[in-house]
Amino acid sequence: MIPVRQCLKLAPLCCQIRHGSRMFPQLKRGSFNRITDEDVNLFAGIVGQNGIKTEELDHYNTDWLNTVSGFTELVVSPKSVEEVAAVLRHCNGRRLAVVPQGGNTGLVGGSNPVFDEIVLSLERLNNISHIDPYAGIVECEAGVILQNLSDKVGEHGYTVPLDLGARGSCFIGGNLATHAGGLRVVRYGQLRGSVLGMRVVLPDGQILDGRSNMRKDNTGYDIKQLFIGSEGTLGVITDVSLLLPQTPVSVNMALFGCDSFDDVIKCYRLSRQCLGEIVSACEFMDSLCMTSVNDILGLASPLEDSHPFYYLVETSGMNMDHDMEKLETCIEKVFESGCATDGVMAASKDQARHMMSLRENIAPALKAVGFNYKYDVSLPIQHMYSLVEKIRNKMRKTEGAFSVGYGHLGDNNLHLNIITPQYCTQALSLIEPFVYEEVSRLKGSISAEHGMGLKKANYLRYSKDPSMIAMMRSLKDVFDPNGIMNPYKLLPWND
Amino acid sequence: MSGLRVLVGCKRVIDYAVKIRVRPDSLGVVTDGVKHSMNPFDENAIEEAVRMKQKKVVKEIVVASCGPSQSQETIRTALAMGADRGIHVEVPAGTDANLQPLAVAKIFSKLVEKEKPDLVILGKQAIDDDANQTTQLLAGMLDWPQGTMASVVSASDGSLTITREIDGGLEDISVSLPAVISADLRLNEPRYATLPNIMKAKKKKIEKMTPDKLGVDITPRLKILNVVDPPVRQAGDKVPDVTTLVEKLKEKGHL
Repeated sequence: MIPVRQCLKLAPLCCQIRHGSRMFPQLKRGSFNRITDEDVNLFAGIVGQNGIKTEELDHYNTDWLNTVSGFTELVVSPKSVEEVAAVLRHCNGRRLAVVPQGGNTGLVGGSNPVFDEIVLSLERLNNISHIDPYAGIVECEAGVILQNLSDKVGEHGYTVPLDLGARGSCFIGGNLATHAGGLRVVRYGQLRGSVLGMRVVLPDGQILDGRSNMRKDNTGYDIKQLFIGSEGTLGVITDVSLLLPQTPVSVNMALFGCDSFDDVIKCYRLSRQCLGEIVSACEFMDSLCMTSVNDILGLASPLEDSHPFYYLVETSGMNMDHDMEKLETCIEKVFESGCATDGVMAASKDQARHMMSLRENIAPALKAVGFNYKYDVSLPIQHMYSLVEKIRNKMRKTEGAFSVGYGHLGDNNLHLNIITPQYCTQALSLIEPFVYEEVSRLKGSISAEHGMGLKKANYLRYSKDPSMIAMMRSLKDVFDPNGIMNPYKLLPWND
Repeated sequence: MSGLRVLVGCKRVIDYAVKIRVRPDSLGVVTDGVKHSMNPFDENAIEEAVRMKQKKVVKEIVVASCGPSQSQETIRTALAMGADRGIHVEVPAGTDANLQPLAVAKIFSKLVEKEKPDLVILGKQAIDDDANQTTQLLAGMLDWPQGTMASVVSASDGSLTITREIDGGLEDISVSLPAVISADLRLNEPRYATLPNIMKAKKKKIEKMTPDKLGVDITPRLKILNVVDPPVRQAGDKVPDVTTLVEKLKEKGHL
């Protein structure tokens, strides 16, 4: 029986929710105070009655993957930077722990409370203040949903230099706090390169105003870079200025079927040589990923046969004829060299969207099958798939388990997923710390784009030198001496 | 029944997923630099012809398109899907927006004289003009039976059984060959043009023609006076209870 169907058959009907604290039984609640009615009334005074929620908080307590869940009793949603500052000032004075939360689409349990931390939601800071159509700059608040930002700047012929499957729910503030990667890093570079300015509120309520629209500004230390990727542990991002690329006029998509991962790498190399600067996404997936989206979500493969691997390349440019010429050369070279045995090119926007949806829906499809152990790692390209094969071998005796590999080939970023019918510590012990040891041995990163959050915090040493970790702790103490900002996250709490 | 020759029509239109913008002169929509693809209904038409060829009912598929030089790309897509050869009836760029169903039907009627197909399959309507006229006009000109809005087509001994999607539901008819049919969206799921086929398609023949050479007068009979955006939808009002709802309805004169 196909592994996907076998796993589905064994999985219980409901998803497992592992409380953050129970997932790590040795994790003890920090010495924070507990909220009282007075605190709640004070917050209501700052943000208004509409900005306080004390009931029906599952949505804030639990992560998108249904793998961690906390016990918060209060969600505070300020609607201005001043309100954020006032809320944090009070929390700092009262030693109340706080979890800043955006769209709650994180994959490492970093945006949810572990115990009773107050959730500070950015959902009401959703104003897009200004778009400069000449310079291609947008100023907006942290709570703007990525899709909305994209639509708004799209009206002026610009696009956001970041795109990921969670675009309909994630907030730009969260994208910055986690330094999200996504599909277009290969074209637009990492997000931090597009940030011109930011405003942040520190844990003690101080407002750090680093707002700027300058493309080049070498005046002193670039402090905003510290907050990008800090996962809400150093402060709360409230505003950002982003540099925007032009919306491409001509977008094309091609999907190739390959017999081996070596062939995928050859395909990738050829495509980058032929397509050069018009490449806007290079993704790969294995056959079990394709089977999952076919079977679980009913999305059909555009290729007739099934292939061991699939390579997806997207091009974006300003001139259709120019791009098509490059693509045709690329396709000829790929088939001449034999590194792909079949392929399709999208003949319409609909087809292009469908092909990308096959890649974007792998995570939702796998989520529906059973419990997902997700690993997002950077590896040298030639070793990217061997890790999947090694894990698959380790899991061969676990009933109903199957392993898949897919990801951003152009960034050497593998998404390794192991799926079991339900969470079990025995399976986890086969996977961890083996995965981290392997990645460390190959000098890769144990978290390419997902961040450390709660789930990976204790493994920081696999990718960072002790001296670096010590410096991170020093900086954390500088910004957050009371340790109230998103405790238990990012930095190891149990080495 | 086997060995039929099929003539399929396809049209290059603005891609259905593109956000249309009205031209500043209000006489049409902006087409410059906008993504174009094959009319979705025509994809169904080609797909049906290819499936009939796979079942060996059809021996040869000729695909024809009337339009500017870029229509060749649309013909190439059809060739990559499985058509055998193409005919491009070229009209000067810019005038293609005024190429109306009557003119197209006349052109196709001349192509039928030339190619002598047993069956003509067209898309039900083009998504730019939504006319749904060419099939009917052509059938009339040729005095051939027509099976329009086809969602199921099956062949047997010199005739076709067609299920049509009509306002009241579904209608089954039988047409004798030769005939003209128009494809609806539910007729089939069009295949993707695979890359090896796209490369093979480059070697397939596309014959070039003009309306003049066919002796067809394509002067438009209809003149577009004005093209405007639909009115912006007004925001609604949320009311807390039924009493307020009734009040508001009375206020606005709806009750």
